[in-house]
Amino acid sequence: MNTLIILSALGVVALFAEIFRFRKGLFPLILIGLAAAFFFTAKEYNHPQVFFGMMNFDNYAVIFSCAILIIAFLWFMMAKNYFLQETSVTDHFALILFSLVGAVVMVSFNNLTMLFLGIEILSVSVYVLAASDKTNVMSNESGFKYFLMGSFATGFLLFGITLIYGVTGSFDLTTIQHNLSTGRETYMALAGVLLLMIGLGFKSSLAPFHFWAPDVYEGAPTTVTTYMATVVKTAAFAAFYRLFSLCFWQLAAHWTDVLSWMVVLTLFIGNVSAVRQRSVKRMLAYSSVAHAGYIAIAIVAMSVPSTCAILYYTFTYSISSLSAFTILFIVSRHKGSKDISAFEGMSKANPLLSFTMTVAMLSLAGIPPTAGFFAKYYVFYTAINHGFTWLVLVAVLAALVGIYYYFRVIIAIYFKPEQQLVPIKVGPLHRTVLIITTILTLLFGLFPNLVLGWL
Amino acid sequence: MGDLKTIPMDWYLLLSTILFSIGVMGVLFRRNAIIIFMSIELMLNAVNLLLVAFSAYHNDANGQVFVFFTMAVAAAEIAVGLAILVVVYRNTKSTDIDVLNRLKG
Repeated sequence: MNTLIILSALGVVALFAEIFRFRKGLFPLILIGLAAAFFFTAKEYNHPQVFFGMMNFDNYAVIFSCAILIIAFLWFMMAKNYFLQETSVTDHFALILFSLVGAVVMVSFNNLTMLFLGIEILSVSVYVLAASDKTNVMSNESGFKYFLMGSFATGFLLFGITLIYGVTGSFDLTTIQHNLSTGRETYMALAGVLLLMIGLGFKSSLAPFHFWAPDVYEGAPTTVTTYMATVVKTAAFAAFYRLFSLCFWQLAAHWTDVLSWMVVLTLFIGNVSAVRQRSVKRMLAYSSVAHAGYIAIAIVAMSVPSTCAILYYTFTYSISSLSAFTILFIVSRHKGSKDISAFEGMSKANPLLSFTMTVAMLSLAGIPPTAGFFAKYYVFYTAINHGFTWLVLVAVLAALVGIYYYFRVIIAIYFKPEQQLVPIKVGPLHRTVLIITTILTLLFGLFPNLVLGWL
Repeated sequence: MGDLKTIPMDWYLLLSTILFSIGVMGVLFRRNAIIIFMSIELMLNAVNLLLVAFSAYHNDANGQVFVFFTMAVAAAEIAVGLAILVVVYRNTKSTDIDVLNRLKG
């Protein structure tokens, strides 16, 4: 709860910063505030608190909130210069802070009302951010599509919530779980679960509800895309898993089939479409769709280890893609193009960028010893233990396709003739972000218990 | 509340489902952004109707409280959506969603 109070207060302070003109001091203040929020959240570890049955800050909520705060901290360091130079920085930072409040609500809800509010608090802020580059038609289009598809999905989510309420007579997760287990497995309940799955599938970009994701990711400003691919995705999957593991596990026999076919479709579409892309940004967007497929395998094979698998996968994926998007941002700023040719032959003049990009790509492709390998390993391990061997086979094939397009970037960096020898300027904040994310990717790969030990 | 129950629950369910489906069809097949917004509102209001009906049948006020949340959130959402639409209109001079086709592949 302290997390929510600190983040909301920071958001309000950020809004006032515009009036009282302390824009310069805002950024350090936000970093300090996020660190304080992290500290107070971490203090609640092993001290579960329930707030009027609405929120439950159990260890799951605490760990995911901490993960989200760490990612947000790194994101602010990455995005500071873009927002400070090109936009009214205070509004944007306030929106991001408010959407972080939504993300924390999404990982700690104990009532369907809070799930709905959390998703909306997060989404409405991000709609505005996606369209925030006002004169750029691509950004407009991206924000508009995101808004349309997002509120469309909200409709499905609400209809699902209502049907579940109709069957069980409650919005409270424990009551719902109890009432569903006493033989009320009616068609209405199943329809409700299916509609909730569609609504959350939209938010976490699972096929066939992924079609908005590539367009929105490509059109939005790169910093906002990074936020969507990291924080929003982590929160969406944490909410998805929390809801389905607390409420609907008795009905698993009915929905695992649907979800596993959604996974197959997501893996296929995500990976195959990513191969065809010339733009690195769009390639990363499709790769984000593909990664949603891998994470959803852990939800299909619902068991105790899949909590760890989801935490580890979302966290390490977020860190690696934060790194990749930061480099994309720097390179596209310098070369004026997001095409893969912008990366060709940059290794000699830019050893830091080349090395960090390589580590990020290896991690996204799932090559040991990076964190991405162990993330996939745990997900597959969970699935095989649960008897989903066929799903793992499909996922391994998809991962092989993935290696092709991730390695294309590495090949472009190291083995293509150099076009220019001028080093690309990397600011100190970006340098810090890149070094931290690369170290974390390698560290979590070598010592996975640093993350897994907490749950 | 008692009067509400003279109509069977199934009828409310059917009416809401039909309204919701009309909303979904509107989003999928209409090309004008304003009409799509209206269709989304129709979806949300179909849900509100059903929530209130369930709330009366369960004798439980939570459903009605939820409706207030839905209405507040829907208002916020549409405010943001219209603002984005105004920005789009300034750049493209159209509210037809087919002009938004720059992102593909």
